[in-house]
Formats: sequence, structure tokens, C-alpha cells
Amino acid sequence: MGRFLLKRLANYLVLVIVATTLAYFVASLVLNPRSAYEGRNPPPPAAVVDQQLTAYGVNDKDPLLGRYADWIGGVVLHGDFGKTVRGADINDQLGSRALVSLRLLVLGSILGAVFGVLAGVVSAIKKYRPTDRLITGYAFFFIATPVFFTAVLLKYGALSVNQAAGSTLLYYTGYETPGLQAGFFGHLTDQIGHLILPTLSIALGQIAFFSRYQRNAMLDVMNSDFLRTAEAKGLTRRKALYKHGLRTALIPMATLLAYSFGTLAVGATFTEKIFGWHGMGEWVVDSITSNDINVVATVTLFTAIFILISGFLSDVIYAVLDPRVRV
Amino acid sequence: MSSLPADPLVVADDAAISGDDGQKPPSAVVVRGRGSLVLRRFRRNKGAMVALVILALLFASAFLGPKLYEMITGWTYSDQDYTAFLSPPSGDHWFGTTQIGQDVFSRTMRGLQKSLLIGLLVALISTGLAAVVGACAGYFGGWVDRTLMWLVDLLLVIPSFLIVAIISPAFRDAGWIVLVLLIAVFAWMITARIIRGMTLSLKEREFVLAAKFSGVSSAGIIFRHLIPNMSSLLIIDATIAVASAIIAESGLSYFGFGIQSPDVSLGNLIAEGTRSAFTYPWLFMFSGGLLVATTLAVSVIGDALRDALDPSSSRAGSTK
Repeated sequence: MGRFLLKRLANYLVLVIVATTLAYFVASLVLNPRSAYEGRNPPPPAAVVDQQLTAYGVNDKDPLLGRYADWIGGVVLHGDFGKTVRGADINDQLGSRALVSLRLLVLGSILGAVFGVLAGVVSAIKKYRPTDRLITGYAFFFIATPVFFTAVLLKYGALSVNQAAGSTLLYYTGYETPGLQAGFFGHLTDQIGHLILPTLSIALGQIAFFSRYQRNAMLDVMNSDFLRTAEAKGLTRRKALYKHGLRTALIPMATLLAYSFGTLAVGATFTEKIFGWHGMGEWVVDSITSNDINVVATVTLFTAIFILISGFLSDVIYAVLDPRVRV
Repeated sequence: MSSLPADPLVVADDAAISGDDGQKPPSAVVVRGRGSLVLRRFRRNKGAMVALVILALLFASAFLGPKLYEMITGWTYSDQDYTAFLSPPSGDHWFGTTQIGQDVFSRTMRGLQKSLLIGLLVALISTGLAAVVGACAGYFGGWVDRTLMWLVDLLLVIPSFLIVAIISPAFRDAGWIVLVLLIAVFAWMITARIIRGMTLSLKEREFVLAAKFSGVSSAGIIFRHLIPNMSSLLIIDATIAVASAIIAESGLSYFGFGIQSPDVSLGNLIAEGTRSAFTYPWLFMFSGGLLVATTLAVSVIGDALRDALDPSSSRAGSTK
């Protein structure tokens, strides 16, 4: 098991490096940090602009490989992610933004996976009954609906909930109420109130996605011989399903989990933008618009590491569920 | 297949599908080809038929709607009505107007048209690419296989949304075709892997070996024997690809990295409408609703096709 996991870890590390390098090169070739200085009036002298850009490590006149080596060297050796195109330190914002995003991503993926699997199992067991039809309808709707539409619908819902309750229970902008003085528990409830809608907007789609796959996997297992054998030797249907069936049906889901984090990260970008959360997703969208190469590369690295950790986790789940990979 | 008189599977399926449960005398059993069988299974799926009608209506309104609308009300997607700013839906402006007096109906239809076109083109390109790459990798094996699969792995790793978002604004002058190509380039890999796996088992079958030993070229085998035999998977995959391409495109356009103004797609329209979704819902709801209707209809059809084309599907006759 250890060797299997080590091999997977090495594989993921290579992927992280490839993804980050590629993002850095593509961003450097396409984005034009010079444009930040072009609109200034009076126009700064060309030499000054060049010097500034070189200092930030984004001058397109310097050799690309050298710039990349500087940036990646700084990241690996000193944990220094470089400067933004306006000269601010990326490290200053990185921590708070990463925390904001992680809160969404982790909650969204856990809720999505757990409830998605549950919904899928129920759907498979109650095949073609009203419960199954309801879950299938839900899944189809949310798979077909992009996050930015779901999010606005949720805002609508929150608005009417708040009106019905007469006070603001669900917040739909930002991550906490600014300048709130309410002690520890006040802050906690405030942050939870802010967290509900953005998390829902991510989790609803994830649940839909997982439930479809889990339903198919479970249906495949339910027709298999080993379940009939388990029942024949005296287990109840329910016990056979949960002890033997579910465990087998969960194996393909572990792989799916790793695949789904990419879409999750993209979905979180919309959520952050719509709910006004200053996280990584919002940062990368803004930095593409403002031609900020280092930020694009930093966010890619962050996302790649998030996918690495979760992919590794899904491998661990895989190894736990499927004894064959442990040998 | 229809020339074989008594394929037991076909006969059994026919009996299961027809309401009489094989009560007819055996001589009356009609042996059907696979094509008509699939069609019958598909037609029995009510949800799929509804989705098909909705999709046909969407296509009709996207491509004919603007012309008819111009004849009736006289507005096109680039006109501005200086007498009506932000007016709610009415007889003159069916879906209302925007802040600068643009007609929401004609803009939405224009956007829908673009989204549908992009979805179809991306599906065509990405499924075609997946079929060719997967079949070549599986059929030739060796270094061709290794190189192509390495490419697949590499493209799977790349954060595609980010890369397309960075590259596509640089090509804003080249128009939306570049966007189609960019989305398609990142959409074919998983299908290619499945196709490769299927090719590996297909290429050992008698009909492929027979073709090979009677001197058919490799290209002939791939395009005339291998790919047609995987057509059901390809059809299903292309359908799903339409829906995901439409969602990907609208996502990019939502952030301003996709279709660039003055051209519109549903993504742009939704992005413009989001800010005033509560105060002026007609700016948001029509484009958003049409987007969801389109992707929903396409994925229901894809699911029904999967059921209809799958020979082992137990659902064939069970949907009443």
C-alpha cells in the first residue's frame, strides 16, 4: 500500500509542476503587463517601465526561461511568490485568499461527495420509484445548470427567506459583516450565515454529479452474482447491499472524486465572483484582466496542490476500499 | 444484421417492446434491424421526446425567430430603442429592453444561436478528434499509442479553463471560431481513452482481421470498420459534449473571456443581467432560462440515447 501511494504521490508532483509551468509560460506569452503603464498620463519613460517590470520579474524583454527560473526558485526556496503587476507582495494576500477559497472548496467537496453518494444509493435501491425519479430530476437539472445561474437563483431564495423571517438570516455578499463587534459566537454565526449560500451553490451541483455516477455504479453491483450469493447464505437484502454492495460500488467513485476537483475549482471561481468573496478564483479572473502573470501562476499552483492533495486522498480511499491495490 | 432471420436477441427485444408479449403466432414476428429498434426504444421514452421537441423549438426560434421578430416588431439585435429604456416585457419588446434600449428578445435569440452553434461545432470537432486519436492509438499500438496517450494525459492535467481564459482574449479579432477550437482541444481526452480501450478489443475481431488480410489499408480499417462499430458510443458522447460545451462557453463569456462584444452569447447576456437580476429580472431570466432549457434538453436526449443504444439496457420496454 505504501509503495502504491508513493508512486501516486510522485505522479501528482510531476503533474503539479507541469500544470504550473505551463500556466506560467502561457500567461507570459499572452498577457501583457506593459499595458498597466500604457494608460498613464503623462506616459512614464520606457526605461523606467522596463526597470519596474524587470524588478517585478515580468518584463517581456528578459528571457522567459530566466524569469521562470527566478520565480519558481523563489517559490521553492523562500516561499516567495513574487510581486503583482502593481508591485504589491503576493504573499500578503495569499494567506487570507487561500483560506477563503479553501473554506468553500473543502466544504463543497465534502458535502457534495457525501450527499451525492447517499442520494445515488437511495436512487439505485428505489429504481424507477417516485424517490428515484425525484432524485434523477434534481440531478439532471443541476448538472445542466451552470453555477452562475444556480447562485443567482439561491440569492432570490435567500431574499424571500429573509423577507419572510423579517431579519437577515442568509447573507449573499461577502464573507463576514464588516466591523461586526459580537464576540466569538456572534462572529461564528455571522460567518456561518455568510457561508451557507456560496457552499450550497457549489454543493448542489456536486451532489447532482456524484448521485448520477453512484446510481449507475450501484445498479451495476446490484445485478452481480456476489450479492445474490451473500443473500443466499442468509444475509438480509439490506445488509448484503450495505456491507458488500456499497463498498464495491464506492470504488469507482474514489477515482471520480479526483476528477471532479478540477470542475469544482472552476465552479468556485463563479461562486466567489458572484457572492463577492475575495478568494483565489476571483483573484485569477481579475489578474487575467489586469495582465498579472505571477498571480496567474500562483493561483494555478494553489489549485494544482489542492487537486494533488484531494487526488492523493482519493487514492488512499481507493486503497482502503479495494484490497487488490494494497499488495 | 437485418438479413439474419432469427437473431434471438432482436426477437426477444421485439417481443418485449411490442405490447402483446409475444402472443402473436411466431410467423407474425417482424424481425427489425438495429436502427429501427433503437428508434422505437427512443420513441417510447416520453421524456426524451419532450426534450427533442423543446430542442427543435429552441433551434427554430434561435435561427428563424430573429427574422420573424423583425418582421413583426421591426427590432434586430443591434438596434436601440431610444424611447424605451429598461422597459419590462410588452407587445413591442417581447422580452423587454436593456439600459440602453436594446431589445432583449432579439439579443437573446442571437445569443442562443451562437451558443447552439458553438455547442454543435465543439461536439463535432471533439468527438471526431477523440474517435480518430483513440482508434489510431488502439489500432497501431507501440510508440503511436504511447505518444498519443501521453498527449491525452498532458492535456488532462492542464487547467483548461484557465488556459482558454488566458488565450482566448488574445484572439478577439479572429472571432468565435478560435473559441470553438480552444474549447474543443480540451474536451476530447476522456472519450479518446474509452475509444482506445474499445479499439483494443475490436481489432482482434474476425471482421477486422478479415479486412486486414484481404489488403484493406490501415486508414480504411480505422474509418470504415473500427469507427462505425463504435458509433453508438460516439453519438452518446457527442450529445453530452454539446451540453458541456455550451456550459463551458457561457462560463468563459460570463467572465468576458469568451465571445466578445458587439457579438453576444448567452454567457454575456447572463453576465450583464446578473447585476440587475432582482430589479430587472427580464434581463437575466430569459437568457438564463433558455440556457438551462437547452442544456437540460440535450442531456435528457443523451441519456435516452444511451438507454436506446445499449443492447443490454433493461429499460428498453419498461417505460410505459
